[in-house]
Parts: sequence; C-alpha cells; structure tokens
Amino acid sequence: MASRKSLQANRANGDKYSVLLPTYNERENLPLIVWLLVKYFGESGHDYEIIVIDDGSPDGTLEVAEQLQKIYGDDKMLLRPRAKKLGLGTAYIHGMKHATGNFIIIMDADLSHHPKFIPQFIKKQKEGDYDLVSGTRYQGSGGVYGWDLRRKLISRGANFLAQVLLRPGASDLTGSFRLYKKKVLESLVERCVSKGYVFQMEMIVRARQLNYTVGEVPISFVDRVYGESKLGGNEIVSYAKGLLTLFATT
Amino acid sequence: MTKLLQWLLGVSLLGAVWALVAFDLLELSLPRTYREVAWPIPLYLLVSFGCYSLATVGYRVATFNDCNEAASELHEQIKEAKEDLRKKGLKM
Ligand SMILES: Nc1nc2c(ncn2[C@@H]2O[C@H](COP(=O)(O)OP(=O)(O)OP(=O)(O)O)[C@@H](O)[C@H]2O)c(=O)[nH]1
Ligand SMILES: [Mg+2]
Repeated sequence: MASRKSLQANRANGDKYSVLLPTYNERENLPLIVWLLVKYFGESGHDYEIIVIDDGSPDGTLEVAEQLQKIYGDDKMLLRPRAKKLGLGTAYIHGMKHATGNFIIIMDADLSHHPKFIPQFIKKQKEGDYDLVSGTRYQGSGGVYGWDLRRKLISRGANFLAQVLLRPGASDLTGSFRLYKKKVLESLVERCVSKGYVFQMEMIVRARQLNYTVGEVPISFVDRVYGESKLGGNEIVSYAKGLLTLFATT
Repeated sequence: MTKLLQWLLGVSLLGAVWALVAFDLLELSLPRTYREVAWPIPLYLLVSFGCYSLATVGYRVATFNDCNEAASELHEQIKEAKEDLRKKGLKM
C-alpha cells in the first residue's frame, strides 16, 4: 500500500497518464475495467484520465460509458466515440488526439489486461526513463490463464519465429498492454502501416529501429470472461503475412 | 538494411566460405579431410537449428505460467466491482 507521502509525490510530479480504451461490444466489461482503473490509480495517486473510443457497438457500450461518465466525472472519463467499426489502429490514433497526458497507456477493455500492473509499468518507466514499457506474457512471472496446450503452442511458436526473424529486443510482440511517452507514440503511429493484430508487432519493431528504449513488465493475461473471442485460422494467416512483411521491410 | 537483406547477406557469406572449402574453389590444395568434413556441415547446422527450435519452443510451452491466482483474484474483484457500481447507480 502506498504511503501518504508517496501518494502526494505521485500526484504532484506533473506526470499525467491517459488510458486509451478501444471498445467494441464491451458493455459488460467496460464498467469493470473502469472501476479497476479508478481503484488502482486512486491507490497510487498518479494523475490520469480514461479515454473510451467506442466504434458504434450495437450492444450499447456507449450508453454504459455515458453512465460511467456521470459516476466518475467528465474530467476522468472522456468519451470519443466513432460512428462505425473502423478498426483498432485508427482507434488509438483517434484517442491519442484527445489525450492530455504526457504518457499514454494502451490496453484492451476486455479484462484480459489487469490495471494492477499499471503502477509497475510507471515504476519501470521511471527506473530507466524508458520511451516505452511493454507488458510481457513470456517472461518472469508473466503468463496466461484459460489457454489450452494448442493455443500455448501456437503462441510460443509464433513468438519464437518472430524472435528469430526480427530480433526485436522485446519478448512480447503481439501484446497490446503498453505504456508510451506521448511523443514516442505519436512518432511511431505515424510510421506504422499495418492493421489489426500486426499493428502491435510493427510498433515495437519500429521502436527498436528508431532506437527507442523498451522496458518490460511481466503480466498475467486472463482470457476474456464476457463477450466473444475470435481466435481462428484467419488470425494465424494474417499474423504470418504481417511477420513476413515486417521481415522484408524493416 | 532490412532484416531480409541481413539474412541473405549472412547466408551467402557462410555459403561462400563453405563452397570455397568443400569444393576447393581456389585450388589451395587443402587436405582431403578438410573437404570431407566441410561437405555435410550445412546439413548439420540445419538439423541442429531445428532441434534447438523444437527444444526451445517445447520448453517454453511446458513452462508457460498458468495464472490461476490472477484469475481468481479477478473474479473476486468483478463481484466487488458489480456491487459497488450498483450502489453508485449504474444500470447494467
Ligand atoms: N474502437 C474499437 N475497438 C475495438 C475494435 N476491435 C476490437 N476492439 C477492442 O479492442 C480490444 C481488443 O480486442 P479483442 O476483441 O479483445 O481482441 P483479442 O484480444 O485479439 O481477441 P479476444 O480477446 O480473444 O477476442 C477490446 O477492448 C475490443 O473491444 C474496433 O474495431 N474498434
Ligand atoms: Mg482480448
């Protein structure tokens, strides 16, 4: 538990963290993730804001977000919805434009990324003044929950292949739980052309190319409890394509 | 330089050295044993890289942490959050 002194120090140091939450059909998860974010930021005392980028979810995610905004206040909860599903990559760009923090945290809203790790991300970032801190499922105490052997094998195999081909200097390429300096994220996003899944991988590969420093924090990844999952053959094909494209172009 | 070019460069350098020795291209009249040893080396390398890959991936799959406590902690917190949010007036 943070002492009162460090709480005040965190509040007064001028750093602000903007959390980008892209949502598509996350009506059940959104209140929970927001509640957890408020809890952990409250405990650590860091200044923060939550930016929800909803892409016209048919399940009424936006309506729930509006209720949450009333509960937690519109200085903490910013809603930047878009009319239709335009994809994850552009959702980050859209959210970033409205971010007022000097740091940006990107995470999934489906509860597979737990806000309890954010204070560790922040601590890690300060330790080495890192440009980017990436959560990793593949190192130290990191791991997953709810994965069968097949999925673990695919994940490890895909990651090994990427490590051999790209030598990216980070252990989790496709994870999307990361903290960036805002300027760094802006310059990376400008350069990244991939869509969807591969986007995360391209971000970290380009970061190495531009000599940005990367810190890593082990995270536990718990598969979504609510809502649809969509891991299929399609994703494997697009991963392979993305990997080869990066191999040939970076 | 792209990763692809780095790989091509590396492979062709190694390939050239190997060909020089295995086929004695420069006619340095190397002892026969050199050639005999050099000849199957690419195959050895390939096989050992394959074994290394399988062993590494296998080991990493076997040691992939199952975060059971993380999951049960999350489930507890979900309950707590729902309760609290209901009190704060959220209609799910
Ligand atoms: N704004 C926006 N958010 C999206 C879009 N697609 C996915 N998301 C959100 O991005 C986050 C990650 O998407 P997921 O569907 O969890 O993708 P995943 O983690 O690869 O796969 P599963 O968790 O297995 O379904 C979630 O918070 C989604 O709600 C989109 O097109 N627009
Ligand atoms: Mg997910």
